[in-house]
Parts: sequence; structure tokens; C-alpha cells
Amino acid sequence: MKGSKFHRNFIASHLQGIPKSGIRDFFDIVSTRKDIISLSIGEPDFVTPWHIREASIFALDRGATAYTANLGLLELRLLLSKYITKSFHVEYDPTSEVLVTVGVSEAMDLAIRAITEPGDEIIYHEPCFVSYAPVIIMAHGKPVPVITKREDSFKLKPDMLKKKITNRTKAIILNFPNNPTGAVLERKDVEDIADIVIKNDLLVITDEIYSELTYEGERVCIASLPGMRERTIFLNGFSKTWAMTGFRVGFACAPAPLTDAMMKIHQYIMMCAPILSQKAAIEALKNGDSDIIEMCSEYRKRRNFICSSLNDMGLPCHIPKGAFYAFPYIGDYGMTSKDFSLKLLDKENVACVPGTAFGQSGEGFLRCSYATNMDDIKEAIIRIARFVKLLKKG
Amino acid sequence: MDELLKLLRKNALESPSNIAKMLGLTEKEVKAKIAEYEKKGIIRGYQAIVNKDQLDLNTVRAVIEVKITPEREGGFDRIAARLGKFPEVESLSLMSGGYDLLVFVTGAHLKDVALFVSEKLATIEGVLSTSTHFMLKTYKDQGVLMETEKEDERLKVSP
Repeated sequence: MKGSKFHRNFIASHLQGIPKSGIRDFFDIVSTRKDIISLSIGEPDFVTPWHIREASIFALDRGATAYTANLGLLELRLLLSKYITKSFHVEYDPTSEVLVTVGVSEAMDLAIRAITEPGDEIIYHEPCFVSYAPVIIMAHGKPVPVITKREDSFKLKPDMLKKKITNRTKAIILNFPNNPTGAVLERKDVEDIADIVIKNDLLVITDEIYSELTYEGERVCIASLPGMRERTIFLNGFSKTWAMTGFRVGFACAPAPLTDAMMKIHQYIMMCAPILSQKAAIEALKNGDSDIIEMCSEYRKRRNFICSSLNDMGLPCHIPKGAFYAFPYIGDYGMTSKDFSLKLLDKENVACVPGTAFGQSGEGFLRCSYATNMDDIKEAIIRIARFVKLLKKG
Repeated sequence: MDELLKLLRKNALESPSNIAKMLGLTEKEVKAKIAEYEKKGIIRGYQAIVNKDQLDLNTVRAVIEVKITPEREGGFDRIAARLGKFPEVESLSLMSGGYDLLVFVTGAHLKDVALFVSEKLATIEGVLSTSTHFMLKTYKDQGVLMETEKEDERLKVSP
């Protein structure tokens, strides 16, 4: 403001080092364009199943507009505890070990803040979801990335992990199935990681938001392995499983002392997750099993189509076993990921997120979400193929 | 239901090469499977789902509930088979409950449907009574909404 007298920088210094999300950057460019086909969207294209929406409407009708218990509605926690036991083979006490949060984003923040002392190192694998490093920094911790590679199908390799462990290491964040690579871990991989965690007396924060979208193979939750329950914070939510992103409801489960610590933060900053979202979540858990099966079957077809098409046109792409992203390698065309996606947007009006939005190690890759209807995916593939053909000539 | 059939039920024009990619099959396998379904009569035909209300056809559609007397050794099937031969009859099912057959009929005018009911349907031996309902507007047909859905409201880019 003109004539303003202040000169002090009011912004906290640890925030100044955090860059704006690369996704946000790309969003600003994409949103200026019309008629694009977007493969850049990290949420289901399905609308929340009607029976779930209807439950929320019914609850509103009945006047469910109040706060709930800080931990969340007991009915929801009871259902969650049952669901986790059944699907992930680990038991949590609904009265003291289950916390309903405003999406997994809040749960991740709670988990990290609950355990981080200034200077504590937290390891996470990269490429990864955009929020991990910033959230660690905001908690005054030190983010330590471990790179996952294409030749390892983007799995977290034990030897790579070991190299990053120091005496300041406190925890490891796992996110499998992974955004943006679609990678999953097999039992042996999870056991190897658990081994390292136990030997080094570390904690695991496992972000399992995509776990219901696992297309083949056994799904192994690290908390279910011997000796791991007491050193794992299990995070999951309803957004991807039941296409409920806008409801903002997730959950964190951990042994009582850890849950207690997260609860302390949650009760002062959030109070509770919105009641209508919790009501919807109850309906999803009660009657939503078939929704998952249907969505998975649809995503699997799209995945097969998009990956085989990308490979056919000369963009090598591993088969992602989970989540809803294809992550083709585009490094053979002498362009950075960002240039590639900007050019693709410019020439063919198709938006894919440059791999670097998910960390420097995403360079050379493109994230193509197949949470998009089949007709759009088909058209996008035609356009990308045309674009790649042009690059090959040039 | 088989995934291939599900795909064709959704879009019968889906190309065998696309179906092959989606299901992890070869194009040849897809074509052979479709041919087999056709041969066995599991696939009975391919039709467009048309929003007739949009065409200003002035045709009339009606649903008729029909009560009949089942016959010894024929049950409801003989009468149903006779009824099914009329080109006016679009679909025909045996029902549980207060009546026996549910008949969907299309005619060019109200009169056509009325004539069909009084002259043809009601006079068949074994038909006890009919109750005709005219259809005013179709909102959804064969799983497809007749109203164009609104645009995708999601953000164009999200993490």
C-alpha cells in the first residue's frame, strides 16, 4: 500500500523457503486455456455414489449440524475399526486409537507435528505427493528424500533407504500405491522396510489413500507385520476409495499415546471433521463395498488402455499396479518434463502434469491421470500420439 | 457378466483394438469372442439408444399390464410367444404380482395403440384383462440418462 510505514517482513522465515506447489504453477497455465482435455486431475471422475450423498442429505434434513466428538462420531470409529481389521489385518481400538480427520492432508500434518522436534529428519520417497516435504518443514523438521527409480518399478529399495538414515532420523513416510507413479510394494518389500525400521527404532507414517485401488497382487499394510503396529501411524481416507474428495474426510490410526498426541493438535485447530461428511462416511462403510469393486474394474480397463497406448506410441510406461496414474518416460525427446507438457498443451490441448511437480526425481516423466472418462482418454491418446510422432520427425 | 460384454453393453461401437487394450487381450481374441457370443445368441443385436422425445415423432408409447390364464403344459409361454410376434410390441416380460405380462408398445397414434389393445391383444384366448398406461416422457432408458449431463466441475489440475 502506498505510504505504508512497515518494513518488517512478517512472514515466518521457515515458510519463505517453501516453494509454491509445482501443481499450482501448472494449474495457473492450464486454467487460461479453453477446451482442453485434462489428464492432470488427481481425483476420481466419478461422482460420489448416490446412496452416500443421499445419506448426507438425509442427515442434513434431520438437522445434523452440530460438532461431533473430537475423535469423530463413535459409530464411524466403530465401523472404521472393523473395516481396517477386515481389509488391512490390523486392529485399532475405536475409543482410543482411531481419529477422524479433515482428509488425509490433515492427518498427515497431525502425524508429522505429533512426532517432530526441531531438526528431526523425516525420510520420504520421491517422486511423491506434493505435501510431504512442505509439511515436514512447517513442523520444523528436515525432509530427507529417497529416490525411487523406474528400473525398480518405483519401489522403495532397502539399500537406498538405509543410506539416508542418520541418528536424527525419526520416521519414514510410505505412500503405496503411489501418487504419481502408481507403484505398489509386495510383501517381501514391506518386510525388508519393516526390518530396517525396527532395527533403527524408527516410526512409519503410511499414507494408504490409494490402497483400495490396487489392481493386482496382495496388498500388505506395514502395520500388520509383527512388531510394526506399535511403530506405525496408519493414514487413509474416503476421497479416492469412494470418490469423496470434496467431503474432506480421512482418518489416522495409531497406538493410543500417538493418537492422543495427534488428537491434541486436532482438537485445537480443527475441533472435528464436518458432521455431514462423517455421516456420508458411515454410509460408505456400511453399504459401499460394491462401489469399490465397480470403480476398480473401470480404472483397470482404463489403465490397461492408456499404458498399452503410451508404450505403442513410444513413451515407455511401466504398468502401475495401483492408484490412477500412468507415469510414462518422456526423456528421449530432449526436453524437460515441464517443456514437454507445456508444448503438448500448446500443440494439442492436452494437459498432463510434469513429473517435476512431484520432486526433482520426477524429471523425465509425465503424470497422466486416468481418472478421466474413457472417451476423453481415447481422444487424449490420439492427440499425444500425434504430438510424439511430430517430435520423432523433428 | 464378462468384462467384454460389459464394455459392449456400454458402447457397442467400441473398436476391437481398443477393447483388446483395455482387457489385455489381442484384437484377434476379442473378435473371436464377440463372434462366439453372436453365434451362441448371447449377443442378440446392436442398437442405438435414441432419445425419441427429442425427435418430435409424435409416436405414442404405452405400457400394458396383461392378466392371462396359464395353460396346461404351456404355462404363459404360448401366449407370450404370440404376443411377441406383433411388431408393435417393443418388449415383453412375465411378471410376478398383480398381473402376468408387461408389454411395451409403440404406435404412430393413440388410436393405433387403442386398436392394438382392443382388436389384437384383448381378443387372444386366455387374456383376461388389460390395463394400458401411456408414457409421457422418458428420463432414462437402458441405463442412459436422456438429459445431457453437465460439464466436469473438477479443477483442471489437482495434486
